[in-house]
Amino acid sequence: MGVLELAKGMGVTLGKLFTKPVTVSYPEQRASIKPRFRGRHILTRHPGTGLEKCIGCSLCAAACPSYAIYVEAAENDPANPTSPGERYASVYEINMLRCIFCGMCEEACPTGAVVMGNEFEMADYRYRDFVYAKEDMLVGVEGSIPQRREAAQKNQPVRVGFKVEGGPRAELEGVKYPT
Amino acid sequence: MPDTAWWLDLLWTVVKGVLVALALLTTFAYMTLIERRLLARMQIRWGPNRVGPMGLLQPLADAIKSIFKEDLRITKADQLVYTLAPLIAITCALTAFGGIPAGPAGSFFGLNPWVYSLDVGVIGLLAITSMGVYGIFLGGWASGSKYPLLGGLRSAAQIISYELGMGLSILGLLMLVGSASFQSIIGWQATNGWLIVFQVFAFATFLVSSFAEVNRTPFDLPEAEQELVAGYLTEYSAIKWALFQMAEYVNMITASALMATLFFGGYKGPVFLDGLIPGISNWPFIWLILKIAFFLFLFIWVRATLPRLRYDQLMRFGWKLIFPLSLANTVITGFYLTYFRGAGLWPLGILGLIGLVLLIVMSDRARRLWNTPTHRPDAERPAASRPVGGD
Repeated sequence: MGVLELAKGMGVTLGKLFTKPVTVSYPEQRASIKPRFRGRHILTRHPGTGLEKCIGCSLCAAACPSYAIYVEAAENDPANPTSPGERYASVYEINMLRCIFCGMCEEACPTGAVVMGNEFEMADYRYRDFVYAKEDMLVGVEGSIPQRREAAQKNQPVRVGFKVEGGPRAELEGVKYPT
Repeated sequence: MPDTAWWLDLLWTVVKGVLVALALLTTFAYMTLIERRLLARMQIRWGPNRVGPMGLLQPLADAIKSIFKEDLRITKADQLVYTLAPLIAITCALTAFGGIPAGPAGSFFGLNPWVYSLDVGVIGLLAITSMGVYGIFLGGWASGSKYPLLGGLRSAAQIISYELGMGLSILGLLMLVGSASFQSIIGWQATNGWLIVFQVFAFATFLVSSFAEVNRTPFDLPEAEQELVAGYLTEYSAIKWALFQMAEYVNMITASALMATLFFGGYKGPVFLDGLIPGISNWPFIWLILKIAFFLFLFIWVRATLPRLRYDQLMRFGWKLIFPLSLANTVITGFYLTYFRGAGLWPLGILGLIGLVLLIVMSDRARRLWNTPTHRPDAERPAASRPVGGD
């Protein structure tokens, strides 16, 4: 590398000084993420009947390498079923602090009930607020626990700080993200 | 001003000293912001823009942070020296700048726009800046830990090595001018033209040694994080750490001011502008600040571009290239001034230019002379008993 190459390099950096930065001013501007991004889990429902896909088999909990998932199953009431099978998950919790977002639960689920969505804004203050229950992850719940809390305090709709290019994946039936 | 009382003189000197210190510290604070913004833009990012409009309050936030951070007490440290070291560094850095004239005598509301003026101006200033290495070395030693000690030793070796090149670079210049005081150097340049024209070779070596002298990339070995954790200031935290940073930046400003004063006409602007606005070339502060700003930009620009040298490369570069080259420049200038002074000064400038161009063109070949460690054929090398790169 001679001095002339150094000069060439200096020219490159000087040129870059006048190009527009690629930075996204994230909280104000929405971050753009790909549909295959693995974020917070979604518990899906059958599109026609609206019944929960989860049958409480605990395979996701068994497959989870970090033991983040806890499932308790209960018998379905035949007159008013929660899920189409015999049993359903009466308790379904994921500890987001333990979760490593590996997607093993997704792979293990026989009914495609638990799918990793695109939400990632889950920063919060208290340990217990990171345990997401069924009602925090079912389809149709928009935003994470802190986001929903803040929205309720401010009396405003939940605003997620990202948009998904091309919309959510096909497995995330019924999930809507801003595009 | 012989007719004023000595205490008035003293008072004004103190006031000017405080003003210079304040100005330097403000410049330091905003230099950090400007540097981060410029580096970010050169890397296609925005840089700090959250605190205040355009991020202008970022230096304030940094200051508050470094003042209120926990100042760790190192049990193994030599407490007195450990505390004094950053103070030595910042004191030397701030003192040095006071000697640089920012305008003609008496132009600052009837006062001289410099804090002190020595007959040995340049030499004195170089001496004071090189005292700053005591701060660095003592800081490394007093930390009572091995990495800072190594970092301090390396910094001391580096700064002393490049101090030689730096001093020798300006000897030719001093011979031309015939004086070491800043006033006569600037006066000489006002009548004969900027010294960069006659001493372009010396300027090149001076520029490179300045980069090493103020510990800036590509010579920022004292704080080589990859090799030495953080060099001499590993054990420093909070405001003491900030003082070391401050000293580094103030040294950078002083080096810029030195280059502007020695080679670029100092506080005098281009004379042809006098035709547009009469007297503009003589306005105090303006031209010096502009020239300093240019060199500060150069420092940042180089930091954004060049990778850091290895330590042995740095030492070899200093001793085998910068030192002989500046020595040669001194000898040639002296020779020329002794025997060919009658021929005018222009041939000296052309000679320097030819030398510089030759050096740049030959840089790939010249590099081998100083950058190849003693060659050992493969046969002599002991065979590796383990796989290279460890297991």
